[in-house]
Amino acid sequence: MTIGLGHYLVVAACLFTLGIFGIFLNRKNVIVILLSIELMLLAVNINLVAFSHFNGDLVGQVFALFVLTVAAAESAIGLAIMVVYFRNRGSIAVEDINMMKG
Amino acid sequence: MASALFFYLFAVLAVASGATVILTRNPVHAVLFLILAFFNAAGLFVLLNAEFLAMLLVIVYVGAVAVLFLFVVMMLDVDFAELKAGFIKNAGVGAIVGGIVLMEILALVGYRGLTTAASLNVAAPIPAAGSGITNTQALGEILYTKYVYFFEASGLILFVAMIGAIVLTLKHREGVKRQSISAQVARGPKTGLEIAKVPSGGFNIPPAVKHPEAAE
Repeated sequence: MTIGLGHYLVVAACLFTLGIFGIFLNRKNVIVILLSIELMLLAVNINLVAFSHFNGDLVGQVFALFVLTVAAAESAIGLAIMVVYFRNRGSIAVEDINMMKG
Repeated sequence: MASALFFYLFAVLAVASGATVILTRNPVHAVLFLILAFFNAAGLFVLLNAEFLAMLLVIVYVGAVAVLFLFVVMMLDVDFAELKAGFIKNAGVGAIVGGIVLMEILALVGYRGLTTAASLNVAAPIPAAGSGITNTQALGEILYTKYVYFFEASGLILFVAMIGAIVLTLKHREGVKRQSISAQVARGPKTGLEIAKVPSGGFNIPPAVKHPEAAE
């Protein structure tokens, strides 16, 4: 039994869907929303590396590297915003974030 | 055969821990299961001969990002039980949207035309297994030549993120003594020295001589 591209794509699809589901499920908790975004980015990386392997092209891994970089920057900024927000309001519930009335 | 077994082990564990991340009530447990998911994804990367990215995932994600998450979760004193309210209410919408997305992706995966790569124009071919070139070396050879501008740009992104995080979380408290280097350097004989006339006799001591240091 050989493991093909489709197997990896199915795993990535499951992880990506779990990320989307997590955002809906924990709509009040910013921390779990950030964790869900990390899960979705991980699924994207699995897709990129799987295509890179099965097409014999190294560029997919280079792009996965850049996705990893941007994900790390995003989570650092997101957590910093959350810490500042908690310091100002004493809560991290998403519903309380309506000061800008956007 | 062994690689198939390892694939199913890593895949099942990754998906199961991903599900636990979004379902568990304790956010500390959620972060720990995210670490488990990243470890299993690293295992999948090793199976795909992407050893460098696998190590990067373990070092950068488990070592830095997940620990950052753990710090923040433990630092914030939040009543997480209260945040869980409406858990069931939102599940329906989430299941509909997630199910639709999953169906669409699986339909794409099942579409045969996408997975054949016969006439593909390969930009940077992966070196053959027997050539003695490791994955890290092959990545470095194109990352620092062909994609060096993107590499620099990603460094810039990390730099901006670092400055942004510091600027956001820096708090200037009032009433805290701080070192003022410019004041220390600008201090000369004129400001730092004061000649007090002390008359002899000892019975007529002048009122306290004010030194700049004592005033602070």
